[in-house]
Amino acid sequence: MTSTATADPREEPGRAGPQRPRPARAPGRLRRTRFRDPAAALLLLLPALVIFTLFKFIPMGRAVQMSLFEVRPYLGDRWVGMDNYRHVLTDPDFLDAMWHTAVIAVTQTAGAMLLGLAIALLLEGTARHLWLVRTAVFLPTIVTMAVVAEVWRVLYYPAPDGVVNSVLAWIGLGPSQFLNSADTSLSSVIAVGIWRHAPYDMMIILAGLAGVDRTLYEAASADGANTWQRLRHVTLPALRPVFIILLTLAAIRGMRVFTEIFLLTNGGPNGSTEVLMTLIYKLGLERNELGIAAAGSVVLLAVTVVLTLAVQAVRARRRA
Amino acid sequence: MMRQGKGRFDSALGFSELTGPIGWAVRGAVYALLLVVFAGPLMAVVVGAFSRVPDPTRLSLVPDQFTLDNFTRAFERDVLLYLLNSFIVVGGGLLLQVTVSVLAAYALARKKFPGVHLVLLLILSTMMLPEEILAIPLSLVLADVPVIHVNLIGTLVGMIVPVAAWGFSILVMTEFMKEIPVELEQAARIDGAGELRVLAQIILPLSRPALGVIGIFGFTMIWDQYMLPLLVARDASQFTLPLALRTLRSDDQVGLGVLLAASLLALLPSVLAFLAMQRQFMKGLTSGAVKG
Repeated sequence: MTSTATADPREEPGRAGPQRPRPARAPGRLRRTRFRDPAAALLLLLPALVIFTLFKFIPMGRAVQMSLFEVRPYLGDRWVGMDNYRHVLTDPDFLDAMWHTAVIAVTQTAGAMLLGLAIALLLEGTARHLWLVRTAVFLPTIVTMAVVAEVWRVLYYPAPDGVVNSVLAWIGLGPSQFLNSADTSLSSVIAVGIWRHAPYDMMIILAGLAGVDRTLYEAASADGANTWQRLRHVTLPALRPVFIILLTLAAIRGMRVFTEIFLLTNGGPNGSTEVLMTLIYKLGLERNELGIAAAGSVVLLAVTVVLTLAVQAVRARRRA
Repeated sequence: MMRQGKGRFDSALGFSELTGPIGWAVRGAVYALLLVVFAGPLMAVVVGAFSRVPDPTRLSLVPDQFTLDNFTRAFERDVLLYLLNSFIVVGGGLLLQVTVSVLAAYALARKKFPGVHLVLLLILSTMMLPEEILAIPLSLVLADVPVIHVNLIGTLVGMIVPVAAWGFSILVMTEFMKEIPVELEQAARIDGAGELRVLAQIILPLSRPALGVIGIFGFTMIWDQYMLPLLVARDASQFTLPLALRTLRSDDQVGLGVLLAASLLALLPSVLAFLAMQRQFMKGLTSGAVKG
């Protein structure tokens, strides 16, 4: 590459960003880079592309392919067309699991965002002690889910003198069976998810709050707005992009919920917390119904993609 | 600009600016409640790991009969081996992941080639394909890796290689490298530096902040892996520590104290890494969120 300094300094960042239009350049330079860049780029991208192909795209293709067959090891697969999908979309177990997955995704997303917003508003500020409290509150997000599940199994100990039951007793509630009863298991699982994800939402919302133009607050209070009005008309609208981002992340996260269910209840009691992923896992790896499990995965994937694109579309329209 | 009373608009709610005895009391109570709810359960793990806790009702935030027995008994149950497995997986996985991300990001930030958009789209789409959703076909692929026909089931390598490329890291690194002025690189090129030397001697030193971000995120991401080890491990000798907790729990010979001791060892590495690199973590959190 030549060292000829470009006349327009803005041209260089433009060069670096592949999404921006190419600036016009001297033909000599173009010719030299045309062959060198693609070859280098290919080599540099090769490791990432190989890994993604092997462990993301090929499994995805396999899922689609398997979903159209009755997979029979050693006997050869038998083409069944859409039968597996028909099963997934009509089988009561699958429908229950879809319902539970949707309930968990929606309530956890809403709960974590509301709680996260509340905590963020309470903990916003530059003081050192606030930073300390925020760090401590954030820890559940960092801790590996396996530990979170074990801790909550202990806290949810269903006897009247279990930890959470003791707390409930102080405020005149309980005792509850929590994970052990089909009536309370789903909400108990959801509560753990909110506990783990709310601090994450809090941090993102705090970053959004820090970006709110302070002169808007000054203008609002000069106009005589009280704290609630300022919150309602200045802060929340300014946070809208943050909420949309959190929604996207939560949609993807919520649909694939697995580890916490697997460890807290494994779908029980009596199927009351069975979600798509735990059902697919059991079908695929314990009962060897690979075709049906694959069809379930494809449906889940499709829902995730549609959700993501829908949120992106809303985001794009808002921006336009 | 009226800036009377510093910090008057320090926060949207103004809660953290409440003063006076009542204000302080209310704030103190709220902060204490938040700490108990969010940090309390983790504190209970720490305390329980060092106490004689016969049953879950005896869980407490104050140590009770201090003991190290839980750890020695946990070590008798191979917890050190699981911890070692975890470290091998996170060490190997992170090393590969950072290397792969840096190489890919350098291409995406600096090279012009046809199909950049396609590559970016592919990378973005991998973020919608988590191990959970791909579990069933992924386990088949791991049992017989296409082209090279190797069986990775029952090996730690099988837990490492699939996390060797992560879309998030590549995108964060790409964004950062785009901001590095091209002039610095061009000067080195005149001196005849090759591609890898430019990357190693010019770009990498300047990318330290981004390396910190993808380092800490990669660490917590790999440490939190559950589905992948679950698919790959064939018997206990390949368990990572998070995976082993379930077995420890269902073992009648193992008490609650031992489970909590093992849990403490499973939560410490990611918490310590987070505390050490908090600034980078927060940076990644916001940039990653923007990317979706």
